[in-house]
Amino acid sequence: DPYCFALKMSILQYNGGSVIAMTGKNCVGIACDRRFGVQQLTLAGDFDKVFKINDKLFLGLPGLATDMQTLHEKLRYRVNMYRLREERDVSPKVFAKMVSSILYEHRWGPYFTEPVIGGLEGDKPFVCSMDLIGCPMVTDDFVVSGSSNESLLGICESLYIPDQSPEDLFETLSQCLLNAMDRDCISGWGATVHIITTTGVTSRNLRTRQD
Amino acid sequence: MDYSFSLTTFSPSGKLGQIEYALNAVSSGATSLGIKAVNGVVIATEKKLPTPLIDETTIQRAALLTQNIGVVYSGMGPDSRVLVDKGRKFATKYHQQHGETVPVSQLVRELASIMQEFTQSGGVRPFGVSLLVAGADEQGFHLFQVDPSGAYFGWKASAIGKNMVSAKTFLEKRFREDMDIEDAISNALRTLKEGFEGELNGHTIEVAVVKADRRFRILSPSEVDDYLKELQ
Repeated sequence: DPYCFALKMSILQYNGGSVIAMTGKNCVGIACDRRFGVQQLTLAGDFDKVFKINDKLFLGLPGLATDMQTLHEKLRYRVNMYRLREERDVSPKVFAKMVSSILYEHRWGPYFTEPVIGGLEGDKPFVCSMDLIGCPMVTDDFVVSGSSNESLLGICESLYIPDQSPEDLFETLSQCLLNAMDRDCISGWGATVHIITTTGVTSRNLRTRQD
Repeated sequence: MDYSFSLTTFSPSGKLGQIEYALNAVSSGATSLGIKAVNGVVIATEKKLPTPLIDETTIQRAALLTQNIGVVYSGMGPDSRVLVDKGRKFATKYHQQHGETVPVSQLVRELASIMQEFTQSGGVRPFGVSLLVAGADEQGFHLFQVDPSGAYFGWKASAIGKNMVSAKTFLEKRFREDMDIEDAISNALRTLKEGFEGELNGHTIEVAVVKADRRFRILSPSEVDDYLKELQ
């Protein structure tokens, strides 16, 4: 039967998906595609991979969907306990350390997800990505992760302009994600973009190629 | 090794006898006190040695928990060392997980929680110490007292140990909301002097401060002597 076959692919590409975070002037953008699939089979087009941690902090979790869901729940638990005990919101830097710690705790049986964090430290933008065992990388421009991460890196490097306004950041971020997604068969089927500023968050769904 | 039942049980009047007795152990221990100023915290304690044969450089009653939080105790020294160690471990673990130093209130809550555990767990007795925790964090300067029961209180100024009653009365009279840390240190020394038997110098008391630099520092005997000289 020519339609029954399994592809030999990396576990991090089993579900597919891409995430990107980018800094602007006193603002941060974080975006993801919306596809949920199992290897070459697409099952949903409303599967967001970016989660709100608090009003000024978002987390992107591409990779194996089950690990992404569990990690999100674990982190939500840790953040809620932090907020209850310390009576304050967790800051992006501290949150990044928490994620890194948790991932390394599973050094020998890791969560197959390579997170991306975007937030505001006060009014200064903060982005960070890490590998599946928690090695953090903080940059001052953009971070990418997921099945199209190499394309994303190339596009961001070309299109990125520092200190953009929220509106311009939205355009740049969207174009980076869209064009990288279109080159990746396991990312796509819609995109969600969040722009975080000191006054609030604007979230938009992009109309993309549905393939 | 493991008792499955607690040794600390209620009396008909609703008291926990072991905790009362632990508080007695604290009240018969050397006096400690602390004062919170606008720009710092100071804690101090008597270091009265039973005989001049003791090498007092090996005795340290104030202890560092983190770079910006420290503690002084009244009661049983060995018990305090267990708590200091657990406090340090907790603070270091917090730093490893969060990349930030632990807030004073969180560290105090953990110490209090441990002390409470030992009033309920099987086969153990309460700690025979009260702690005065002084520290600085993003919320400002703090002074907390933790009792053997696990109850904790935030203070502007307080005293524990042998002379706590007269020391607290003295502190109440002298405390002002806008006190500077240098005045607080002088007042702390004056308060200790009130109930002190014997010679008060840098070798018979221990003083520790957290100032605007947010570092917990135990003053050297000569620094203490300098402050004492200014009292005159």
